Amino acid sequence: MTFLTQVLNGLQLGSIYALVALGYTMVYGIILLLNFAHGDIIMVGAYISWIVMSQLGLSPALAIVLSIVGCAGLGVLIDKVAYQPLREAPRMSLLITAIGVSYFLENGAQLVFGADAKVVPEYFDLPNLSVGGVGLSANAIITIVVTAVSTVLLTILVQKTKLGKAMRAVSEDMGAARLMGINVNNTISFTFAVGSALAGIGAVLYSMAYSQATPTMGIMLGTKAFVAAVLGGIGSIPGAVIGGLLVGFAEVFVSAIGLSVWQDAVVFLLLIIVLVVRPTGILGRPMTEKV
Amino acid sequence: MAMLSVNGLAVSYGAIKAVKGISFDIDEGEIVTLIGANGAGKSTTLNTIAGLIKPDAGSIKFKGEELVGIKPHKIVERGLALCPEGRRVFTHMTVAENLDMGGYTRTDAENKETLEVVYEHFPRLKERINQVAGTLSGGEQQMLAMGRALMSRPKLLMLDEPSMGLAPILVDEIFEIIETLNKNGTTILLVEQNANMALKVAARGYVLETGKIVKTGTGAELLVDDDVRKAYLGG
Repeated sequence: MTFLTQVLNGLQLGSIYALVALGYTMVYGIILLLNFAHGDIIMVGAYISWIVMSQLGLSPALAIVLSIVGCAGLGVLIDKVAYQPLREAPRMSLLITAIGVSYFLENGAQLVFGADAKVVPEYFDLPNLSVGGVGLSANAIITIVVTAVSTVLLTILVQKTKLGKAMRAVSEDMGAARLMGINVNNTISFTFAVGSALAGIGAVLYSMAYSQATPTMGIMLGTKAFVAAVLGGIGSIPGAVIGGLLVGFAEVFVSAIGLSVWQDAVVFLLLIIVLVVRPTGILGRPMTEKV
Repeated sequence: MAMLSVNGLAVSYGAIKAVKGISFDIDEGEIVTLIGANGAGKSTTLNTIAGLIKPDAGSIKFKGEELVGIKPHKIVERGLALCPEGRRVFTHMTVAENLDMGGYTRTDAENKETLEVVYEHFPRLKERINQVAGTLSGGEQQMLAMGRALMSRPKLLMLDEPSMGLAPILVDEIFEIIETLNKNGTTILLVEQNANMALKVAARGYVLETGKIVKTGTGAELLVDDDVRKAYLGG
């Protein structure tokens, strides 16, 4: 394997982490919740693709759309059912609820689909490209491009649109946002929808790369993406992307030098170092207490 | 008929009764002020009218319609805006974005119009349009908070301690703007610790003490009232 191939692999894996990390960071930004159920939403997305293509025999395009829409809907549902009743509750209650939702989704999936892995069929039959004698996977290129486009669109949404500004207003001061006439609950639901739709895109890209769905697949993926979000500075959109890419590269290069047993450990080591040296993450804002 | 009439309003935080059955009203075109010491229940009253706090008892009628039980964002749509204590501008957002949020319930075309009116009252905001609100001075933040509240085109504007923490010259400026806004047709409910200034601009005032209204009268009457002078105007 050449260096260029490894860079591409790192970008591919990092892109998926980045997409998932964006969801963590958005939800944290608006309600200060570490949504531990976020990784499991990806798992559900992968199963939706499997159902649509393998079980129903429908088109991959439909599988992609339904995975994304399904994840977005699931995110909103989780917010409405599990988190919204706890808006005024202490943050710890919310955190514990998120862990509960995570277990519920994992065990629910195991109950419905069984514990064994399901094979998600290829979405597209893509040839490997060759540039100057170096093989480039089309999957990797699609993943990188889709992530880049999603990040740009998300940035425009948050910075320029009315809803995006409302999201920022709610994240800074919920009470003041209410006084502006902003429907805070709907704005939070919208944030969950967007974050979970990104998880849905992540689910499709992940299934393209690894072709399988298991009830527990979201745990490690979610945890790594969470590390990525913290690494980049939780609450920051560019931070999530940088963190995701860093984690992806770290894993791929550790494997490439023959230490693949250590790839998870290196990611968490990276987290520990960042938490010690720069607790707010690379692009995180210093914590200021609201008065 | 009064534009806003509050009847028997009682509000508590847990076991602490902050407002104990107060009644007052505001006619269209008036400036009415609630004065009183810290903890008298002034801000609680405004926050309850705005829908941020649920009252234990009582009614709040705005143009004849009950407001109790209605969500804060719906109350804004009905033409009631609260400029909160401590200004609470969105410090990470620009002046323009803050004003944008103020007009959240309005159309873009309406906001474009209202923005001109706001700039007329607060020319300094126009100069700082792209500045992040957290970098504004206290006086400018107060102007932004008031401008932001105006963006929803309120029939009734509630101002909670607009002079708090401002230099005397800025306090004068803010009160001049309050009078101008009122002359241009906005009804105002003003909560102030600076009773002297508030009573000078207000048509009528209510004095709150530990959650109860203990005195009411025209601004001029209360200004010369012995009890009020002793308690709030420094003799």
